[in-house]
Amino acid sequence: MEFSTLIQVLDSGVRLGIPLLLACLAGLYSERSGVFDIGLEGKMLMGAFAAGAVASITGSAWLGLAAAIGGSLALAAIHGLASITFRGNQLISGVAINFLASGLTVLIGQNLFHLGGRTPPIKGAARFESITLPGADALRDVPVIGPVYYDLISGHTILVYIAFAIVPLTWFLLFRTRFGLRLRAVGENPESVDTAGVSVLRLRYTAVAMAGILCGIAGAYLATSAPSAGFGKEMTAGKGFIALAALIFANWRPWRALGATMLFGVLEAVAIRFQNIDVGLFVVPVQFMQALPYILTVVILAGFIGKATPPRAGGQAYVKER
Amino acid sequence: MMGRLPAWADVVLIPLMSIIAAFGISALVILYIGENPWEALKLMVDGALGSAYGWGYTLYYATNFMFTGLAVSIAFRASLFNIGGEGQAMLGGLGVAVVALALPWPHWTLALPAAMLGAIVFGAAWAAIPAWLQARRGSHIVITTMMFNFIGAALLNYVLVNILRPAGSMDPATARFPKGAHLPTLHDLPLIGSYFDKNTPANITLFVALAACVAVWYLLFRSRLGYAIRAFGKSESAAVYAGISPFRITMYVMLLSGGLSGMMAINNVMGEAERLVLNAVEGAGFIGIAVALMGRNHPFGVFLAALLFGFLYQGGAELGLWTTIPIELRTVVQALVILFTGALDNMMRMLVERIFALGHRRRAA
Amino acid sequence: MQANKDISIRVMPGTIHGIIGENGAGKSTLMSILYGFYRADAGEIFIRGKPTIIHDSQAAIRAGIGMVFQHFKLVQNFTVLENVILGVEEGMLLHPSLARARVALAQLAEEYALEVDPDALIEELSVGQLQRVEILKALYRHAEVLILDEPTGVLTPDEADHLFRILGNLREQGKTIILITHKLREIMEITDTVSVMRRGEMTATVKTSETSPEALAELMVGRKVLLDVTKGPANPGANVLEVENLRVIDADGVERVKGISFAIRAGEIFGIAGVSGNGQSELLKVLGGFQKATGTVRINGQEIDLSGHHSDGQTRRARGIAHVPEDRQHLGLIMDFTAWENLIFGYHNAPEYQSNALLMDNAGIIAEAARKLERFDVRPPSPMLPAKSFSGGNQQKLVLAREIERNPDLLLVGQPTRGVDIGAIEFIHKQIIALRDAGKAVLLVSVELDEILSMSDRIAVMFDGRIMGERDPEKTDQRELGLLMAGVGTEAA
Repeated sequence: MEFSTLIQVLDSGVRLGIPLLLACLAGLYSERSGVFDIGLEGKMLMGAFAAGAVASITGSAWLGLAAAIGGSLALAAIHGLASITFRGNQLISGVAINFLASGLTVLIGQNLFHLGGRTPPIKGAARFESITLPGADALRDVPVIGPVYYDLISGHTILVYIAFAIVPLTWFLLFRTRFGLRLRAVGENPESVDTAGVSVLRLRYTAVAMAGILCGIAGAYLATSAPSAGFGKEMTAGKGFIALAALIFANWRPWRALGATMLFGVLEAVAIRFQNIDVGLFVVPVQFMQALPYILTVVILAGFIGKATPPRAGGQAYVKER
Repeated sequence: MMGRLPAWADVVLIPLMSIIAAFGISALVILYIGENPWEALKLMVDGALGSAYGWGYTLYYATNFMFTGLAVSIAFRASLFNIGGEGQAMLGGLGVAVVALALPWPHWTLALPAAMLGAIVFGAAWAAIPAWLQARRGSHIVITTMMFNFIGAALLNYVLVNILRPAGSMDPATARFPKGAHLPTLHDLPLIGSYFDKNTPANITLFVALAACVAVWYLLFRSRLGYAIRAFGKSESAAVYAGISPFRITMYVMLLSGGLSGMMAINNVMGEAERLVLNAVEGAGFIGIAVALMGRNHPFGVFLAALLFGFLYQGGAELGLWTTIPIELRTVVQALVILFTGALDNMMRMLVERIFALGHRRRAA
Repeated sequence: MQANKDISIRVMPGTIHGIIGENGAGKSTLMSILYGFYRADAGEIFIRGKPTIIHDSQAAIRAGIGMVFQHFKLVQNFTVLENVILGVEEGMLLHPSLARARVALAQLAEEYALEVDPDALIEELSVGQLQRVEILKALYRHAEVLILDEPTGVLTPDEADHLFRILGNLREQGKTIILITHKLREIMEITDTVSVMRRGEMTATVKTSETSPEALAELMVGRKVLLDVTKGPANPGANVLEVENLRVIDADGVERVKGISFAIRAGEIFGIAGVSGNGQSELLKVLGGFQKATGTVRINGQEIDLSGHHSDGQTRRARGIAHVPEDRQHLGLIMDFTAWENLIFGYHNAPEYQSNALLMDNAGIIAEAARKLERFDVRPPSPMLPAKSFSGGNQQKLVLAREIERNPDLLLVGQPTRGVDIGAIEFIHKQIIALRDAGKAVLLVSVELDEILSMSDRIAVMFDGRIMGERDPEKTDQRELGLLMAGVGTEAA
């Protein structure tokens, strides 16, 4: 493989991996607090739609982002209500949220724009444009470093850099602050938090809301971050589930989430770029590359290689013991 | 207080209120779109039930949903959430295609049982791996079955593109099935044929689905295995006391569930498309979740809920055709049904209990 | 249910106050109220003379109450330090709180001989160390009153001694300690004052120095209304059950049964007394076929598999063992199943319940169920009602009807009258005795001493996974058995 091809594949891997990363971190907050979230897909879709719609109406990418967060938060609120307040089945709630987003985005979109569920194409200030980092142009022709800096590191939209910044931020929040300590505790043993006089409900709602915010950003990235130009029907296309797989793969840890989502992003980029890969002895079909994230996750779940240890209290509503 | 409701309220009232809530919110959505919900409902009824064409489609959809609904509900009975109906139905389609294309079938009466077997084996096999991983390795079955939906889609894609695609075709689909593997539509049948339009896909599989509802009822409520399944689903610790093996029940239930999901393929693949295409399942596996929840995991409830969703699907398609209401309204209703009957059922129960408590107080006063 | 009835207790500062009572006497409920976990329906709490309202854990902590629960409330994958500061962190960032706690913990360790590695992960610590972490948590929150709920239940004797040394230190430093236990030895060893609880009531409060284990045992068990059990002399036949050197190690790796041996003959009731949690439950599970064990068990002279590979509850039933489990709500019955379904639970594969190779004979089962309900005086006698709608006593009759009507060679019965009303108790006892008189063997496990005394033909007492001794019910009394149950006694088998 040529060096420039490698850079291109990695670059497209980053682009494909960013929504996964944001959604994966969203899931991380929620599940670390003990609330399963298979509704990442739906929240992201709702976010993408809200971003596309509002950005095209107002002409502002930032207002689009705010709307994306709002839309995603609304679904997160339903999830919180069902799984925290009413102690319903968190998995079923997630399934419902995915369908709700899938239907509502088209219904509202069609009503607003009459474009078969799409939002009008946007450009200029209505979308986040690529940023050329300082010195990128100057370094462009330097061998190796030039392409890496100019093509791979520079030239993304602000949301990409925000997403990367959220990784250390999440790590810091989770492992270096009071909030993080309590959040991790409530996902492991809510009784420990309750006996310490801290509200289990409030912590879990906060976590679910953070998941809403991050899924909103992920959606905004999909719809309004160049080169994309608006929302399209079902535009998340299963990314929420790959993010969930990445979360398991990352063992619910922020830095590993970065690794897993970038790996899955690059896998997708490779599948798109090369289709079937001839490794000499046999041909790796493109479909295998597409399924690889899911296969890897099942292998991890089975505990044959590595071990996925989800938060101990995950999936269970908290009821004070009587 | 929980659990102070009469049985009929639990079985009938709460699901009914959940449906009313789901449809009520959907009506608001229709209002928002600027249409009249009442007109929309009339159009749906007319489109789905008002003609031979309409109910032909309604029954066709309902047939799919009976299979996937039964599949989800039998797993729920054992406290297992099989979210992989979609993938199992996809694989079931592969099983049907392999059987249908393997021989120059002389008559559908021979092809149908063989194809059913193919559907069951492939569907069950696709459920067996997550089941084993759950029972032996403790891998969360919701996540694994979900992953297997995607792996199944990729596998099917590979097989269709690289193996089963006829030479020269660009379409990722199999060749058409031989004539002898075509199932009679309801229109082709004696006696009832005249009630059905010949352009609708409802076919003999409907009777297989009805038989499956009856069979699952017998299995759950009249057989030893069903007894063990229900006991295990209610209390694993008690099941172990009684000598019921959690491993065996998990495997049996998931094989049955996957087999039922797979059986759907004789309707959509063999009965309707008469070849296997990439997106044959069209979300019916997920609709099974809504059908099972609404049908309260009872075969008769599943039957009714499948009819309702068949109506919803056909009626929704008609709405999409004749009004500005997009066809995706179906998805919203489906989501709301799942939400209210599955995730917010405690809320609905509290509501009903409060109403009952009020009634009691009034009577006491 | 009233778990606590009109209780008054006064605890003096700088003392260790013991609260002793049988399981279910209401000790833990009382303490949970003090910690703000439940609200009392009536009554007041005074701390240093001041009326204090404790509506949640936070209020309890503020009032200077610290609680060491029986089941530790620790986060497994956190360090000791992290667990200690959880909920009382200062500021947004963890680092300063952790640093402060490290210093404070070092001081506490020195003051009270409470050494724990502050950086160790909870999941790596022994049970004794975990308990010290809980005590440290309370002290770090400036607890003046420390409540310990059954603290030695999970400890080895060495660890228990260590704990007592710590408690002694705490008392010397002026802390007040409330120790909840059912072990007489501990009360005598460490407390200054002791209160006895029975059936939700405080029956006595005495100075420890002015009482004796015998007196306490009597207060604990009480002189209940003598149960009216009429039974003739036993006519024991051949051995039905033989148990040799049975050992059980549970899923957590704890040895629950430590090599016990006994035999039960046809036509006799063998009663096992003991405070719950001393291995009786595991013994029942092993014999019932759903707990692995080592050793030898023979039924009618034939050895049965204890490895769990070739046997389960089904094979045990086929060998003539019937089992009325201790926990009827979680083991013996499926609460959502109807009475008739519950009446075949465990025997659902029996050929007489099938109408052909595929289907069960529901109509026949229901008809038979109606007859069983009649014979066992279950009220209401309607087979279609779910089990959860019956009272405790009638639920127990359902289980008993199912197990006894199978005419087993050996009946295992755990806590046959727990949560059962007086009227049903007598009936249940009669049924068990009738089975004995029909020449069957009965293994009766109960924490109710008078039940054991009035029902059994031979009595063994289990303590700490061992059989402490065997007694003839005619030649022993509650006090002697109570001492054996509390681990006082020399005759360990």
